[in-house]
Amino acid sequence: MNSTTSSTTLSHPVELALDLLYRMKRIRAVEEMIAERYSEGKMRCPTHLSTGQEAVPAAIGQVLRNTDQAVSTHRGHAHYMGKGGDIPRMIAEIYGKATGCSGGKGGSMHLVDPSVGFMGTTAIVGNSIPVGVGLALGMQLDGEDNITVIFLGDGAVEEGVFSEAANFAAVRKLPVLFVCENNMYSVYSSLRVRQPAGRKIHEMVRALGLVVEDGDGNDALFVHDTLKKHVAAIRTGAGPRFLEFSTYRWREHCGPNYDNDIGYRTEAEFLEWKKRDPIALLEAKLIGNGVATTEIEALEQRALAEALAGFQFAEDSEFPKPEEAYQHLFA
Amino acid sequence: MSRKISFVNAVNEALHTAMQNKSVLCFGLGVDDPKRIFGTTAGLQEKFGADRVFDMPTSENGMTGVAIGAALRGYRPVMVHQRLDFFLLAMDQLVNGAAKWRYMFGGQFKVPITIRLVIGRGWGQGPTHSQSLHAWFAHIPGLKVVMPTTPAEAKGLLLSSIFDDNPVVFIEHRWLHQTEGDVPESSDFRLPLGKSTLKRTGSDLTIVSISYMTVEAIHAIEHLSAFGVSCDLIDLNSVNPIEWEPIFESVRKTGRLLVLDTASETGSVAGEVVARVAMECFDALKGAPQRIALPDFPTPTSPALTEHFYKRAEHIVEAAEKMLKGNYDVPALIAKHAGTPHDVPGDWFRGPF
Repeated sequence: MNSTTSSTTLSHPVELALDLLYRMKRIRAVEEMIAERYSEGKMRCPTHLSTGQEAVPAAIGQVLRNTDQAVSTHRGHAHYMGKGGDIPRMIAEIYGKATGCSGGKGGSMHLVDPSVGFMGTTAIVGNSIPVGVGLALGMQLDGEDNITVIFLGDGAVEEGVFSEAANFAAVRKLPVLFVCENNMYSVYSSLRVRQPAGRKIHEMVRALGLVVEDGDGNDALFVHDTLKKHVAAIRTGAGPRFLEFSTYRWREHCGPNYDNDIGYRTEAEFLEWKKRDPIALLEAKLIGNGVATTEIEALEQRALAEALAGFQFAEDSEFPKPEEAYQHLFA
Repeated sequence: MSRKISFVNAVNEALHTAMQNKSVLCFGLGVDDPKRIFGTTAGLQEKFGADRVFDMPTSENGMTGVAIGAALRGYRPVMVHQRLDFFLLAMDQLVNGAAKWRYMFGGQFKVPITIRLVIGRGWGQGPTHSQSLHAWFAHIPGLKVVMPTTPAEAKGLLLSSIFDDNPVVFIEHRWLHQTEGDVPESSDFRLPLGKSTLKRTGSDLTIVSISYMTVEAIHAIEHLSAFGVSCDLIDLNSVNPIEWEPIFESVRKTGRLLVLDTASETGSVAGEVVARVAMECFDALKGAPQRIALPDFPTPTSPALTEHFYKRAEHIVEAAEKMLKGNYDVPALIAKHAGTPHDVPGDWFRGPF
C-alpha cells in the first residue's frame, strides 16, 4: 500500500491541510447528525452513510473545478458534499421536502447539483458508471479540459457494466477518473466471497488499459496528492485512470446504526479501522506540527453549525404538493 | 411534392438530415461496417466524421449509459441494434437510467436519446432474433415508444424522435425495410410523436394495428371489401403514448374492435387497447373485442414450425368472420399466396437476417 504522508512531518501547506480537515469534518457532522436523528422518522428513505470514508470525498473537492463533473452511488452524500453540492438542499431531499435537490423525487440515493457539476447518484450498483463515461465523451467532443469523476465501490467492479464503461473510456481515451473506495463489503458480503483470493482490483483494471494506482484511503493528504496528480494528467489528454483507495464504513450498510454484532464482520476489525479514522489521523498530524487544538475545535464547531443549519432548512421547508408526483416525466 | 423511396432510404435520409445538427451522434455495432445496418447508416461516417458516427464495443448496457451521459451534456445520441434482442442487455440503463434521469432529479435534466431496434419474423429468426417487446418498453413511464410502418412514417417519426427531448425507443420491422412509399421531398420532414394514423375507413369493424401487421391488415381489408365489409384501420405508430380518442371514436362508430400485434399475446399492447376500449366504450360494443397476436411461446426456428405460428391476412379475415358472423371465403385468400414462402417478406429477402 502506498502512503506518502505517513511521516509525522507535515509536508503540505497548513492551510491546505486545515481545509481538508474541515471538509472531512463537515461530511462527518452531517452524516452523524443523520444517524442521530434518523429514528425520529422524518428521513423516510433508505440512507447509506459514509462515516469513516470522509477522506476521498473531501480531497476530491479540493482538486476539482465546478466545471468538472461527477456521478456517484447509493452511498453518495459525501461525494455530493465533496463536489460542493448544496448541503441544506441535500438534507431537505432526505426529508422529502420541496426544497430538496431533487424536489423530493429522489431521496438520499438520488442526489444532484448540476450547478457544481454533480450530475447524480443512483441506487443500482454500477448504474451511474457508464453515464459518467458518457459525460466524459461529451467533454471530449466539446474539446474541453474538464474531467469526469466516477465514484464507485468494490462491488461495482464486479458488474459487467464497469468493464464495459472502462473499456470504452480506454478506447476513446476519455477524460475520466474512476475513484474506487474499497470498503471490502457489498452490503454484508465480504470481498472473500465475491472476488478470488489475491485479486487486486486496480491490477485487474490495469489490464483493461487504464493507468491505475492504489493506496490508503484514510490518509487524507495522500489521497489529495494522488487525486491531484492523476486529475492533472487526465486534463492533458492522458486518458482514463483508476484509483483504488482502501477505507471502511463505520456504520451499517443502510441505516443509522452499527452492525458489528450481526455476524458478517467483527467488532475487532471495526476497532482496528477506527484507530485509522481519517479525521483523527490528520488532526494528530496538524497538532504534531504546531496547530493549536483551539483552531481545530473551531473547525469542528463550524462544521456542526453548517450541518445544523442544513437540518434547520430541511425542517423549515414545505413538503411538495401531491400533484408534483405527476410532473417531470417528460421534457 | 413527394417521391417513392424505401423504408431503409427514408431512415437514412432522416439520419443525414438530423446529423446536420452537430449535437446528434450515431453509434451502434456496425454503423460503419460494410453493411451499414441494412443500409440505414450508409454515408454517415464519411459525411459527419468518426467522432460523431462510430462503431462501438459489444457493450449494449454500458453504451446506453454512455448515451445518457452524453445526452445530459446536450448531445442527441442515436443508438442502433440490429435486433431488439441484443438490447435486452441494456435494461438497467434504459429503465433505471434513461427513463428516470429527468423525473428522479426533479426535472433538472433532459435525456434526448433515440434507440433504434429492429424486430423481424420468418427466415428462422427464432427464439432470440425476433422478439417484439414493445410492450415492455411501453410499460415504463418515461419512455416514448414509436413503431413506424411506412417510409414516410419512418422518416418523419425518426426525425421527431431524435429532436424530442426524451428517450425514444424506435422500433423498425425488418419486413418493412424494403417496402417503398411516398415520402415528402422536404429534407426535414417530420411527423408528430404520439399520434396514430387512420389508413382505411369503413363502418363494420375497427382494426387497430402495429408496425408490419398493418400490411397484413391491408391485404385482409382488400379481401373483405369484396364481401361488402368495410373497416377502419388505425395504425398506432406510437405505443407509448397511445392516441386513444381516434380509437374510441372509431369503435363508437363500428361497435367492433380487432387489435393486431406483432408480439406474444399475454401482457401485449393489444391487450391494453382491448382493456381501454372495454372501459371507455363498453356501451358501444356489439360484441367482445378481439386480438390477434403471437402464441405465448418463444418463436421456433424451422419453417415447418413457423408456418402457422405467424399471423397473416387470413387470420384477420377469420376473426372478421366470427365477429361479423359472415362467410368471407378464407380459402380464396389463402390460395392467393399459395406457392409463396410464408417466411420471407418478398423476393428481395434471401437471408441471412
